[in-house]
Amino acid sequence: MIISIASGKGGTGKTTVATNLAVSLAGNVRLLDCDVEEPNSHLFINPVFEDTHIVTTPVPEIDEKKCTLCGKCAEICQFRAIIVLGKTVLPFENLCHSCGGCMKACPSDAIRWKERELGTIQKGHRNSLEFINGTLRIGEAMSPPLIRKVRAEADKDGLTIIDAPPGTSCPVITAMKGADFVLLVTEPTPFGLHDLKLALGAVKMLNLPCGLVINRSDMGDDKVKEYARSESLPVLMEIPFDRRIAETYSRGELIVEKMPEWKNRFIDLYNHIDNIVKG
Amino acid sequence: MKELVIISGKGGTGKTSLTAAFAFLAKYMVLCDADVDAADLHLLMAPEIFEKHDFQGGNQAIINKDKCIECGLCRELCNWNAINETFNVSPIDCEGCGVCVYFCPEKAIDFPVKTCGEWYISDTRFGSMVHARLGIAEENSGRLVALVRQQAKKLAGEKGLDLILTDGPPGIGCPVIASLGGASAVLIVVEPTLSGKHDMIRVAELAGHFKVPAMICVNKFDLNEDETKVIEDTAREKGMEVLGRIPFDPVFTKAMVQGQTIFEYDPKAAACECVKRIWDRVAERLECNLS
Repeated sequence: MIISIASGKGGTGKTTVATNLAVSLAGNVRLLDCDVEEPNSHLFINPVFEDTHIVTTPVPEIDEKKCTLCGKCAEICQFRAIIVLGKTVLPFENLCHSCGGCMKACPSDAIRWKERELGTIQKGHRNSLEFINGTLRIGEAMSPPLIRKVRAEADKDGLTIIDAPPGTSCPVITAMKGADFVLLVTEPTPFGLHDLKLALGAVKMLNLPCGLVINRSDMGDDKVKEYARSESLPVLMEIPFDRRIAETYSRGELIVEKMPEWKNRFIDLYNHIDNIVKG
Repeated sequence: MKELVIISGKGGTGKTSLTAAFAFLAKYMVLCDADVDAADLHLLMAPEIFEKHDFQGGNQAIINKDKCIECGLCRELCNWNAINETFNVSPIDCEGCGVCVYFCPEKAIDFPVKTCGEWYISDTRFGSMVHARLGIAEENSGRLVALVRQQAKKLAGEKGLDLILTDGPPGIGCPVIASLGGASAVLIVVEPTLSGKHDMIRVAELAGHFKVPAMICVNKFDLNEDETKVIEDTAREKGMEVLGRIPFDPVFTKAMVQGQTIFEYDPKAAACECVKRIWDRVAERLECNLS
């Protein structure tokens, strides 16, 4: 089973829920941190990393000896990532989506691949928990290709928990797609509600079952709960604002370790999800 | 003209609440919401929209079943596995690269321009605001960010205003890169947590990469004063000025629930004075940077 933890709004507690849930469960469990722009799960998991490798994406390189300046590459490229300027063909590798169109369109075999670095993937473990994260290279604009590669590192069996990035556009969709369940995390504030509506819209578009965790549940107002009720979105957990939780988080520590009474609540959360998925 | 972009790396550190508070304090500016993916600034600004435009970002392949001979070449060429066995293109997976369109031997694939959002020019009680809404699950957020910033700049020019306050997106990817280029300075709002520090360092490196000067302030500093000190020292080591600290103060949530800035909700709140002091410093720095 794959559970993807998402939110719309940033800073609502995705990483808190993902990490505490992952360490509370025994057996074949892995945690994938797909918030590759700002990955934080490893700060709480403290995994022993066994493998770090650079991930790249192919971008075009022009063989000027073969190039006839016909302009077909520039014509097919929808991303303005390759242009013909006077007597040279200029690829802009940062704009390239690696679709391969230019290479396929070139009649004189003058385009070959070179690699653009997207970032790194690290794999490790903490006790029996398998941990994988991706870290986007500073200055790299495109996170979805790296997120796809992080997801591809996961085995099919057992339980996979995904810590997704915030927002509702392509990076989040990449982190949610193909999951068996999406756990949305929000806070009961106008910002939390507004972004929850967007996130739920994305989940509905992917047609996935989902549930809600309300963090800092005693701050703000009741509108998130009212909305959840009106959408038949089950509230699977509420985490009240507690200075001890905020401080534990601030130090990079796990709630289930500092406040062990929370461990059973996270196990209950999983059982709840398991019941929904198994129908 | 100066533009201050408020960013954070990590989400939920208080960018939007702080931008709104600055809007209350700043006079003669244009507000710009560059977090087009999960825009929230309008919830505090109650904008009255007087211009609304479609945002067209890219194209999408659609197979014309009358012409399609099901040869399968498009499925072979598609790098995104966006075309299924019954020759339907998944709009979520289609990257808009047009490779299938170009090579289809029957010219059976249409490639219409997609409307993937809207952008607006509005009036607020603090002045004009340019903002947008990217459609759910859409791409090209960077282009929409660039567009709203460009429109904010144009509007400020027309109105003879000298300052743009831009509420930026979280992260360090495409929309953040689009919100940084050409800005006068960025203010990074950091929370005093291990995650907050980690994410500040990454977004500060990004600002450095694009040669935009960065300053920081620590929000909710009293949740972990030790971490606050570490963050401030780290920022200084990296050549960023530390503009101040804001305490954890429920006034931010209470004001948000009322759709107000903290100064409107409770001008006597502890956070107000701190934010005012930070704003005074920002205003000072922006003058210095540009004189």
